[in-house]
Amino acid sequence: MRRLTWFNTTSLTLGFAFLYLPMVILVIYSFNSSKLVTVWAGFSTKWYGELMRNEAFLDAAWVTIKVAVLSSTFATVLGTLAAYVLVRAGRFWGRTLFSGMIYAPLVMPEVITGLSLLLLFIGIGLDRGVMTIVLAHTTFSMCYVSVVVSSRLATFEMSLEEAALDLGSTPFEAFRLVTLPIIAPAVISGWLLAFTLSLDDLVIASFTSGPSATTLPIKIFSAVRLGVSPEINALSTIMIAIVTIGVISASLISKRAAVRQRLEEQQAVRS
Amino acid sequence: MRRFALIAIPYFWLLALFLVPFAIVFKISLSDIALSIPPYLPQLELAKGWEGFTKFLGALDFENFEFLMMDDLYYKAYLSSLKIAAISTFLTLLIGYPIAYAMTRASEEWRPTLLMLVILPFWTSFLIRVYAWIGILGQEGFLNQTLMFLGLTSDPLIILNTPIAVYIGIVYTYLPFMVLPIYSALEKLDDRLLEAAEDLGCSRIKAFWLVTFPLSRGGIIAGCFLVFIPTLGEFVIPSLLGGSNTLMIGKVLWDEFFSNRDWPLASAVAVILLLILIIPIILFQRNEQKQRESEG
Repeated sequence: MRRLTWFNTTSLTLGFAFLYLPMVILVIYSFNSSKLVTVWAGFSTKWYGELMRNEAFLDAAWVTIKVAVLSSTFATVLGTLAAYVLVRAGRFWGRTLFSGMIYAPLVMPEVITGLSLLLLFIGIGLDRGVMTIVLAHTTFSMCYVSVVVSSRLATFEMSLEEAALDLGSTPFEAFRLVTLPIIAPAVISGWLLAFTLSLDDLVIASFTSGPSATTLPIKIFSAVRLGVSPEINALSTIMIAIVTIGVISASLISKRAAVRQRLEEQQAVRS
Repeated sequence: MRRFALIAIPYFWLLALFLVPFAIVFKISLSDIALSIPPYLPQLELAKGWEGFTKFLGALDFENFEFLMMDDLYYKAYLSSLKIAAISTFLTLLIGYPIAYAMTRASEEWRPTLLMLVILPFWTSFLIRVYAWIGILGQEGFLNQTLMFLGLTSDPLIILNTPIAVYIGIVYTYLPFMVLPIYSALEKLDDRLLEAAEDLGCSRIKAFWLVTFPLSRGGIIAGCFLVFIPTLGEFVIPSLLGGSNTLMIGKVLWDEFFSNRDWPLASAVAVILLLILIIPIILFQRNEQKQRESEG
């Protein structure tokens, strides 16, 4: 019954061409030796060289990575905690408000989130810089983490934790030895999601950063406003390459882990 | 006690960094612009105690909201954002549905790869994906060069810095958000229903409209909201692809804040945008809840 008609094949081909051609063109033109991005003048890697010598971009890249590592780590801890509370803590005062605050940032326009956080930081007299961006990114990405982790938590039986408690472990031990290993893949993908969200963010970072901290997206945005530049093409190509390698290797690792888990389960059943 | 601490940490984090900031936005939207640091008045003077507080409350007013109603720039921007968001949601559905449908028709071993190909652009930088279109749509861009080379047009088409470029940008960047929910709705579809419909004399096309399409409605609704809601406040796409004649409220808020430095007015723009968004957000939540209930 499941078959690919010519119509389905065409829509898949056109759809993926639409999704991928712009990026392919971008990558090709990053190797163009001409300064005029629209005219092909031969293969060259000189823009990558220019990029490596551009201090401003390198500084911004360093700030971006610092912010992304810190905020995704905080977001993973807070988000996992929030997911645990959401799925396991039962009823408590203000639970509806809590789950609302988890889901609302996911659909909130970035301009509003950015503006509101900036006004908060000004209100309490916090100097804007790396720390304020980290706080802002932690807040919105912890919500993504908790959605990813809570969907994993909801699918496995609470009885496993209860068994550990019955066998004499403390609640913390039960979490560390039983729950955490089971939800670990979701926690890791939550961290990765938070990391890429932070790398990618322009709007919230623009509002919450100060003159002392410029992130890569802010830098790219101000360069791109003036038009296409071969250096930005080169930078984009590097970022696309990193993401592609990361996503493909992550999916291979999780596939291997799934196979191993199935084998172990089969062995456990047999013995 | 431990349970309390467990709940309190994420709870108070979100209260302090999500809810309180909104209260501040609301408060500042009632203030007046001033030449001070921060650039708005009145300031709450805690040192003066209760009297300072009442004086502060007395100085708040709805002037900014009145201004938003009077000046037609703002309601035009809201209306044009709604229009752009609605049209581009429809276009994304039109392009996304056939892709999602075709993915479920592909063989079992191909599907994970196709799924990854849809998700992969989502992980690459949003900014870069929008930027890629500047080089394609410009007057001397890739598209015009190809069209002129093929002899399809003699003069370059003007697409960049028009609303068409904004539509292309939105459809391109939000396509995965449409494809994924529709795909997951279609994947759960029982093929035997289609066989039954065909046995009962439906043509393939009729079977699609009577069986497949209604059963994928939950996915369609979810996909439409996932595109419509963020598009409404979109800033990056209109400012890079739209030029000065595309009016969107996210851009107006940005300019009001960064160029005019009118923080109270920017806050008022945000408050109204939030009020507009509440309706689709509630409808979206309800749809999600219904989906979950029908599954469980």
